[in-house]
Amino acid sequence: MSSHSRVASAVLALSLLGGLAACDRENRDSRGKPLPEAGPFASRTDPRPAAYEGNAYQIAQGQRYFAWMNCSGCHSHGGGGIGPPLMDATWRYGGSMQQIVDTILEGRPNGMPSFRNKITQQQAWQLAAYVRSMSAQPRKDALPSRSDEMSNRDPLTLEDRQPVQPTTPEADQAKPR
Amino acid sequence: MLNVAATRKRKGALAVVAAALVMVPAFALLRPQAAEPAPTLGTATPPPAEDGQWTMPSKDFASTRYSGLAEIDRSSVRQLRPVINVATGNLRGHEAAPLVVGGTMFIVTPYPNDIYALDLTRPGAPVKWHFTPKPRPASQGVACCDVVNRGGVYADGRLFFNTLDGQTIALDAASGRQLWRAQLADINKGESITMAPLVADGKVLVGNSGGEFGVRGWLAALDAGSGSPVWKAYSTGPDKDVLIGPGFKPFYAMDQGKDLGVASWPGEQWKIGGGTVWGWISYDPKLKMIYYGTGNPGPWNPHQRPGDNKWTTGVFARDVSTGAARWFYQSNPHDLYDHDDINEQVLLDLPIGGRVRPVLVRPSRNGFMYVIDRVTGQVYSADPYGYINSARGVDLKSGRLIPVAAKEPKEGRVVRGVCPAAPGAKDWNPSAYSPRTGLLYVPHINLCMDQGAMDANYIAGTPYVGMEVKMYAGPGGNRGVLTAWDPVRRKPVWEIKEDLPLWSGALATAGDLLFYGTMDGWFKAVDAVTGKLIWRAKLNSGIISQPVSYRGPDGRQYIAVLSGVGGWSGAIVAGGMDPRDPSGALGFVNAMRDLPLVTKAGGRLYVFALPRR
Repeated sequence: MSSHSRVASAVLALSLLGGLAACDRENRDSRGKPLPEAGPFASRTDPRPAAYEGNAYQIAQGQRYFAWMNCSGCHSHGGGGIGPPLMDATWRYGGSMQQIVDTILEGRPNGMPSFRNKITQQQAWQLAAYVRSMSAQPRKDALPSRSDEMSNRDPLTLEDRQPVQPTTPEADQAKPR
Repeated sequence: MLNVAATRKRKGALAVVAAALVMVPAFALLRPQAAEPAPTLGTATPPPAEDGQWTMPSKDFASTRYSGLAEIDRSSVRQLRPVINVATGNLRGHEAAPLVVGGTMFIVTPYPNDIYALDLTRPGAPVKWHFTPKPRPASQGVACCDVVNRGGVYADGRLFFNTLDGQTIALDAASGRQLWRAQLADINKGESITMAPLVADGKVLVGNSGGEFGVRGWLAALDAGSGSPVWKAYSTGPDKDVLIGPGFKPFYAMDQGKDLGVASWPGEQWKIGGGTVWGWISYDPKLKMIYYGTGNPGPWNPHQRPGDNKWTTGVFARDVSTGAARWFYQSNPHDLYDHDDINEQVLLDLPIGGRVRPVLVRPSRNGFMYVIDRVTGQVYSADPYGYINSARGVDLKSGRLIPVAAKEPKEGRVVRGVCPAAPGAKDWNPSAYSPRTGLLYVPHINLCMDQGAMDANYIAGTPYVGMEVKMYAGPGGNRGVLTAWDPVRRKPVWEIKEDLPLWSGALATAGDLLFYGTMDGWFKAVDAVTGKLIWRAKLNSGIISQPVSYRGPDGRQYIAVLSGVGGWSGAIVAGGMDPRDPSGALGFVNAMRDLPLVTKAGGRLYVFALPRR
């Protein structure tokens, strides 16, 4: 290594040190802690999510309101219809208890109506607990053991299903009719 | 299971043979299975000559969906190939018919109801103009069965269409400039508009949707020039609201009486009683009468609305200029199965009882093919064209449907094996009639259901149904059928079984071809005489739209169709339903669990033509 490069290294080291010292002086946490992907952010001390979601009575009440308030008219029994499915892993507006309560009470712009002044805060929390139970989010021992809706047994067909073979133009022309 | 068909059909055949003997020799030629089809019966309003255009979804006022173009015929169709392929940029259910006027094609997309004018005179059909009506996004929440739109209509240099949030808009067809817009429906009450308007007698006729939301149905007439209201006829309520006056002369006693739109309901239930007008309107310019059907009563649960529930699930005949009702026939008094009576009415002149009579032929949702006199409202015949076990038939003396008690819905219980299911033996997708074969081509469905009723609460702007439904394939296992129906001899001539429900319209051409599409994306041409498949093409997504045919600026014949699966039957794909819940999309998901495996969402315009010679 030549003396020139040694000098250069020393200068570089010095400037790096100086730079570090400058960083230390102006230590700004510009990025902050990463936030959850979407609001609102319930405080950690809010006892409601856990209290409603872990309680069999609250979930069962939510199940009744789900039919009474016509939620099932749009979301069916979780499979969706006019509104999106609720039994899958996709949440357009967030899937936390607080987010679901907000969706129910305030509505959403693409068709979800607001239920504020139609139900109480408590009923909204009960509904949210039931909605989360559709995708099996709450504790298993709190989930309802039976559903309120009509029997969902496998549908019968009137006769054995015979597969319909799609035909091709060539095959259909060859067939006598 | 009941066989409603057998005896009725035999009697019918005898009557028709007798009629044919009395009639002029032209009718003796009416034998559709003959090798060459003979020109037979005229339609009510034969177009002066084939102009090569397609200005309204039903092609003409008689709703024949018949193109007089014959360049593409049963032998040349094998060479049919795509010449235009344009994405609409919309992934919901495309139910509309493309319109063609001169060298321009007009397309109405599903919500957000963008309008495209395509220049057919240039290669690839580039966009001439584009109009975005910007309907309110909240309207998506009151569209029962996907955010569809069934198309626009062209008249006198203007293009008219409806938006999901309840507006009717008129554009200058040459420039795309807005001429007027009228707000007709209120989404906060659950109303929306999905139907294609009809322009007749200088008026734009528009009706509302929302039968699953406890709305009150109506049909409105707007002045085509200014958009100002001319008349509005409700489907429920006092006679003055329904535009029932001294000129109202229904044929059957069951439809006669004062203020039946109130008296046939409990209390004030008529105010949220449905009877929406979201289907097809036909027009007889000679009689100056329009014909249309009304939708289901609300809620679906019949125990909440004892009575006949006038004037839901029936056909109205009205004077086009005043809206005054002339007659009404209720196909389903006290509807039990969501059998909206909104299907198309094809206006034909048919030999019945030894005379040629002006009739309308309508394949109803309840599974019966009605032939009704256009002047008097008398039902000449009602024959099953699909499998029915929920009704024994139609009593032609009283006009009443004869229900089967065992299949009636019960509160808190599930009644199984009800056929046809809620979408009926046929839903909105319209038939085509060829005057060359004398056959009505009916694309329809073969579904049955389990249903259980429970009380529904009315909350404005939310669903009002009170019924749990699960659908599945009917006898035979095929969910779709295309029936070629002889309206004179009152029976099917041939049938094509399709695995998936048929949700596309039909198109008949003078080349003796019949075009239709399947929900897995096959676009098919079959021989209109024999029903044999001659040609098919696979499109990018399932087909639930209305194919059309036109003569291009270069003089050649073209066939156009939109792909884009969706609608009630295709909601599982277009709306991303979860197939694990059989009650999804009002029970239709159960019958369509395999649809996501065979097609994907996607909206495209395809145009086909023969190779250039």
